Amino acid sequence: MSQTAIRVEQISKSYRIAKALMRQPYRTLQEEVIGLPRKIWERARGTVEPMETFWALEDVSFEVNEGEVVGIIGRNGAGKSTLLKILSRITEPTRGRAEIYGRVGALLEVGTGFHAELTGRENIFLSGAILGMRKSEIARQFDAIVDFAEVDQFIDTPIKRYSSGMYMRLAFAVSAHLEPEILLVDEVLAVGDAAFQKKCLGKMEDVAEQGRTVFFVSHNTQAVRQLCTRGILLERGRVVADGPTDSVLSVYNQRVREMRIDADTGVNNPQNRRGSGAVRFTSVQVEEPGGEERYTFSMGDTVRFRLSFIAHRDLRGLAVFVGIRSGVSRELLTSVRHVVTESGVPAGTVGTVLVDLPSLNLRPGEYPLYLHVSESIESPTNYDVLDDLTPPLVMAAGTRRLTDNFDPSRPMGAYSIPSQLVVEALDSPGAARQSNPLALTSR
Amino acid sequence: MAPDNAGDRLAQTGVTASATVPGTNQPEAARRPTVTIQPTSGWSAINLRELWTYRDLLMILAGRDVKLRYKQTGLGVTWVILQPLIAAAIFTIMFGRFAKLPSDGHPYIVFVFSGVLIWNYFAQVLQRAGNSLITDARLITKVYFPRLAIPLASTFSALIDLIVALGVLAVIMAIYGIMPTWRIAALPLFVLLAAVTATGVSLWLSALNVKYRDFVHAMPFMLQVWMFASPVAYATTIVPEKWRLLYSLNPAVAFIEGMRWSILGTSSIRPGMVALTVVVSLFVFVMGAFFFRRVERGFADTV
Repeated sequence: MSQTAIRVEQISKSYRIAKALMRQPYRTLQEEVIGLPRKIWERARGTVEPMETFWALEDVSFEVNEGEVVGIIGRNGAGKSTLLKILSRITEPTRGRAEIYGRVGALLEVGTGFHAELTGRENIFLSGAILGMRKSEIARQFDAIVDFAEVDQFIDTPIKRYSSGMYMRLAFAVSAHLEPEILLVDEVLAVGDAAFQKKCLGKMEDVAEQGRTVFFVSHNTQAVRQLCTRGILLERGRVVADGPTDSVLSVYNQRVREMRIDADTGVNNPQNRRGSGAVRFTSVQVEEPGGEERYTFSMGDTVRFRLSFIAHRDLRGLAVFVGIRSGVSRELLTSVRHVVTESGVPAGTVGTVLVDLPSLNLRPGEYPLYLHVSESIESPTNYDVLDDLTPPLVMAAGTRRLTDNFDPSRPMGAYSIPSQLVVEALDSPGAARQSNPLALTSR
Repeated sequence: MAPDNAGDRLAQTGVTASATVPGTNQPEAARRPTVTIQPTSGWSAINLRELWTYRDLLMILAGRDVKLRYKQTGLGVTWVILQPLIAAAIFTIMFGRFAKLPSDGHPYIVFVFSGVLIWNYFAQVLQRAGNSLITDARLITKVYFPRLAIPLASTFSALIDLIVALGVLAVIMAIYGIMPTWRIAALPLFVLLAAVTATGVSLWLSALNVKYRDFVHAMPFMLQVWMFASPVAYATTIVPEKWRLLYSLNPAVAFIEGMRWSILGTSSIRPGMVALTVVVSLFVFVMGAFFFRRVERGFADTV
């Protein structure tokens, strides 16, 4: 039976912001002294500079059991980082209370406390101590940290001479060897290259597998899906959904979709888009062939993109392609570039094209979309680019046999390539010969 | 809080089936949370136990200060010796030769150096600690540890300089043929007094500096005025008798004169004056600690 690791009761946090101007939070004594007569005058007349109270978190409550891996999801400014800062005791809540059972390790950045002038060895001790390790503990783990970081040759070199890759590896190695019962992780994964991010994710999976509690804050829904068993969705400082990762993520995707389509971002607003603007997408719909608009598909489904556009200038031709970004590494998978027409397109032309991705074997996850229209296949001129401005494509674990053996949370890349199995031989020693070896593989 | 409530809430979220079984949370009611997070209100004292668990961090931070100070300097650690020596030499020429200030009958260089080195320690702590929270702003916003460890590290890191300077003093004394007496045993006590006073003041300075950045600019002047208000370059004897009591409200008086007393054996300072400054020092220290605790919670938001 698992016990409570974190209990949060109605935590709220407010910041006071000067309404008139966003001032620095600190002042100089000079300002204070010079401003004093004005302050008294204003107070006397009742025209004190209005301060606005901004609630970064409001009445947030939840409970996390030991061994749970919880993902905190939400858009920028939803209060994710504030929550993490409160739980890691960097800042205090304005109201409410939280109880933490066990030793906490907080990773809010990679390389906390690192100093460029100090050597790798000195930095390991410094950063380790800052993260809450005892000196004896660091000494015990020292060799393991150096091995993990692969920097043993340079361990007595000041880290300002390190390459950025070495720096990151060393910094992460220190954090990775912290042995907390509760691990709080902010978007550490947002930095570094794809390989480094994978290493971080892998390490976090190890921690989770050892039955320790992980509290993970991220924008990266793919990573959250991969790591977390439970999700908590924050919106404007409040908990709006709490439960199994899949269902919380679908609430999140729903919200993001509503937000994106209602707001004057995305397709409806060509102002903040890339491309020359000679052609603009006017609507983007994702649907199943012959069916209605949808955003969630199963592995192996055919996905159809219905793209409408308008030409604002006379053009010589049109070509489109659809790109899909992987949630973790942001690498792009693209369709081929389709030529819509090679004859002239007069200004004012409107059109709709369908791009089908048949039997799309994308693995479960959220995939931001990338839509592109240009003059022709050869021309590099972009007329319009929708880069992450539409709701992401969501692939759910499929019901088809093909995907049955896959655990959707396993990090196995973004795409399962269609493949075929032929069992050429399957001879069990000593046993009677199977008349049909294929019978073994069917279920 | 009632454990049942916790179970209910989990049931609503549909997270763990086992937690909804009544009574399963029972044993946990007896568990004490490792950490309870809630808004602190009013004035609270320093959590000494917590500071003790972070003692390794304190020492590593102090070590970092020492290492960083002399990295990439041409003369390196020689500066530790040069700084007080040059100061003492200037004072000897200015005040000993030209102004002929009294030195209680000791060679002026020995007299002034013993004052300079303990004053330097005091001033170093203030200077390093004063700006320490700003320098380590990144740490404060990214990880939790008792914030007190940052200014406190300066109290320890400056000790290294003091110890080196004491070695230099021993050499100077040997040259002049001055032998320390049994009073030298009291030396650590006066160093401790200087450390407590310096820490007390630096708690104020470092915390105020987070809110008002111009304390950095005020610091050199403040230290200069303070030094001349303290018996560094002259003996307390030049202060008229009737002002002595007021004079010893300056907490620097006790550790400077005390230092001289334990090294040179004579001093014009009276036990009553020492007692008074000890009280002042402790007062500054305790108030500083409370003040620091009070503003500490806002550091991460303002720094």
